[in-house]
Amino acid sequence: MSEFREDVSIVLGGAAGQGVQTVEAILTYALKKSGYHVYANKEYMSRVRGGINTTEIRVSSRRVRAFVKRIDILVPFKKGTLSWVKDRLGENTVVLGEKENVEEDFLDKVNLVEVPLTKMAMEVGSQLYLNTTAAGLIVGLFHGDFEAVKEYIRKRFGSKGENVVEKNIEAARNGYDLGVKLCEDGTIGIEVQKDEKVREEVLLTGTEAVGIGAFAGGMNFLSFYPMSPSTGVSTFAAQHAEDFEIVVEQVGDEISAINMALGAWYAGARAMVSTSGGGFALMSEALSLAGMAENPVVVHLAQRPGPATGLPTRTMQGDLNLVLYAGHGDFPRIILAPGSLEEAFYLTSEAFNLADKYQVPVIILTDQYFVDTYYNLPAPDVEKVKFERHIVEAEPGYRRYELTEDGISPRAVPGYGEEVVVANGNEHDEWGDITEDAELTIKMQEKRAIKKLETIKKNAHLPKLIGKENAKYLAIAWGSTLHVVEEALEKLGREDVALLHFSWVYPLNPEVKEFFEGKVLIDVESNITGQFAELLKKELGIEVHHKILKYDGRPFSVEEVLEGLKGVVE
Amino acid sequence: MNVQLPTGRELFEPKRPGSAEIAWCPGCGNFGIRNILISTLAELGLKPSEVAIVSGIGQAAKMPHYINANGYHTLHGRSIPIATGVKASNPELTVIAEGGDGDMYAEGGNHLLHAIRRNPDITVLIHDNQVYGLTKGQASPTTMKGMKTPTQPWGVFEEPFNPVALGVALDASFVARTFMGYFKESVEIIKKAIRHKGLAIVDILHPCVSFNKVNTYAWYKEHTYWMDDHDPHDREAAFRRALESDPLPLGIFYIHEKPSFEEQVPAYKRDKTPLWKREPKPELVKKFFEEKKL
Repeated sequence: MSEFREDVSIVLGGAAGQGVQTVEAILTYALKKSGYHVYANKEYMSRVRGGINTTEIRVSSRRVRAFVKRIDILVPFKKGTLSWVKDRLGENTVVLGEKENVEEDFLDKVNLVEVPLTKMAMEVGSQLYLNTTAAGLIVGLFHGDFEAVKEYIRKRFGSKGENVVEKNIEAARNGYDLGVKLCEDGTIGIEVQKDEKVREEVLLTGTEAVGIGAFAGGMNFLSFYPMSPSTGVSTFAAQHAEDFEIVVEQVGDEISAINMALGAWYAGARAMVSTSGGGFALMSEALSLAGMAENPVVVHLAQRPGPATGLPTRTMQGDLNLVLYAGHGDFPRIILAPGSLEEAFYLTSEAFNLADKYQVPVIILTDQYFVDTYYNLPAPDVEKVKFERHIVEAEPGYRRYELTEDGISPRAVPGYGEEVVVANGNEHDEWGDITEDAELTIKMQEKRAIKKLETIKKNAHLPKLIGKENAKYLAIAWGSTLHVVEEALEKLGREDVALLHFSWVYPLNPEVKEFFEGKVLIDVESNITGQFAELLKKELGIEVHHKILKYDGRPFSVEEVLEGLKGVVE
Repeated sequence: MNVQLPTGRELFEPKRPGSAEIAWCPGCGNFGIRNILISTLAELGLKPSEVAIVSGIGQAAKMPHYINANGYHTLHGRSIPIATGVKASNPELTVIAEGGDGDMYAEGGNHLLHAIRRNPDITVLIHDNQVYGLTKGQASPTTMKGMKTPTQPWGVFEEPFNPVALGVALDASFVARTFMGYFKESVEIIKKAIRHKGLAIVDILHPCVSFNKVNTYAWYKEHTYWMDDHDPHDREAAFRRALESDPLPLGIFYIHEKPSFEEQVPAYKRDKTPLWKREPKPELVKKFFEEKKL
């Protein structure tokens, strides 16, 4: 008998097109509805059919939000899955599935619990029912709420007709009964407590958190060119465009996308572009225009490994330097990198106020791991989102680039007020007309690159300290690695190690320096050079003492961070 | 043609200190285009605050500084996507994208192609002097074969770009060509272009007195003619006319009335309010979360 308690990591693996994502969707939905905490994340190959894609689903009695390497139950839909995940298999891993899908080398090494999924699906009518059979089986292992499975199937397959719905429910039911039986006959034992609160929570992905955050912040214009892994946000916006009454347009290239968004902001809309590193590279020219013209813009950049096309479907925090330095000349920008889905919601909505207020590009940095992560969370409080409009009326004498103490000029939009608004990507006077005057150039350079930047710095959010203030060791993380470092620290269980997480990445508030004083600093980030550590050095003169870096295109696992931390603190 | 010179031109004469000195060469065709544009806007009875001129880079692109209207002087070749964003965010504005032949046909060529597909209700004015002026005389996409320039000392051997034929071939909504030496006719054409719903492309021939010694005022007068007997709704005829090269036909080649981009985006189906006046919809965000609980 194989027994699992409190926290079970289930991995499903199969070819692209075999429906692993369908199983992921049914399971997260039904298990969350059954009162379990769930977390899911997928890894996939850059191809439409074939290859091996996997999904990890954690089912737990407490909140879990991070990727673990460990596999408790593996469901292979295709031969080759075990080889693909072989370094994640342990002594206790149970392989649940058909012998045909297990490579011969592994047959005498793993605990195989044979379940005839294909045969069961065929009995219902077709191999197409494999997914729902498997989903039912796993929900059965947890004695989950079968009504939730039915509900999901109705939602998902409803448009395909009653027969399809009924057949899928039948397949899921057969799987479910088998799952229950496996527990009852003692083959597999699972003990995970339900938490009633979970039922009232929402289940979101990183993509949805960014997308709905943008809507909450008043985004009413999105222009994009598709690029993995950022496209989900554009798809999300397009699917809600009619309800929210916004402009969503797929354009000819990334250059058009950001320029259109600049035009939209110039005319007073709240516009966003969603892209990845390669697309953002094309946007640098327009970013520079945004800097010079003090034209607000919000960019969502979902990172994937580069350079160039890199690993299109994988993850890395490798574009920090790109967004820090993109564009020629000196101009400020704001870089945000949410660590949790809550942060993704609040920060994305806030990005629009920040862009509006400071008239700079605001970049939201996520990554493939982040946008593809699912978990349950209490619904964010929509009331907490403040809508701040910073537009003024153009009255007679209005000057778009009026020199002010804090470097922020009043921004009017065409058509609001009698006066005209002249914006300019050339060096300009206060009215927006071209100038080559040396003294005025100095004033304008100082206004943008110093005064405005100082104003932003003073108001920049501080990082979040998790753990004791007087801890000797301080792990430093930014963006999507929040939860994995957090859980690794919990597992480490030492009070002398704390975590400082940055979701406001640039510019840094000078007060940030205080967090580092007298600590042994351990930088954890998912790139090869430690880009954030370099930023700390450059901006604040902080030198980290240790670096835990990962750059194979896969997300950090709790185990890897834990090992890395142990290597430093023990 | 017999057109009354409009009143109200003074509204569009800029009064800002930086607009006083115009950076164009004495005798430049751009002065004529500026006059034409100011007269056109005045005749249309528009107010400066209702007009937005988005330009790229080049001598032509300096127009926003020499006219009293909302203006955005942007990057080389990028005026069309920016103008599209402006119009889609506030359809109440009259939006003009302005640039030279290098700006619109070389650096911004891709944007022009896709704007024709998208059909935003903007007017694209191309100051076509068949040469790069601001960078001192290199060949542009419309430079005629054989012309010698500092960077093509052997003479240009590339086929010149034919913007009119391109517009008709891609089924653009409005395609016209004029020569700025014909003031009243040009005002009439640009007025129709601005009033036209959908993308209007007007190729405006004009001399570059400093760097184009071939295509002079006299040359344009001699090598152009007005199409008096042309039906712009006849696409095949428009295409035949577009292929004529000497003399070059002037006038409106092609009109295809069709829905504009802004008419089709979901933003304005129920509500015509410009985007800058709109607020977020927290109730819909709450509803989204309610649905995510299920």
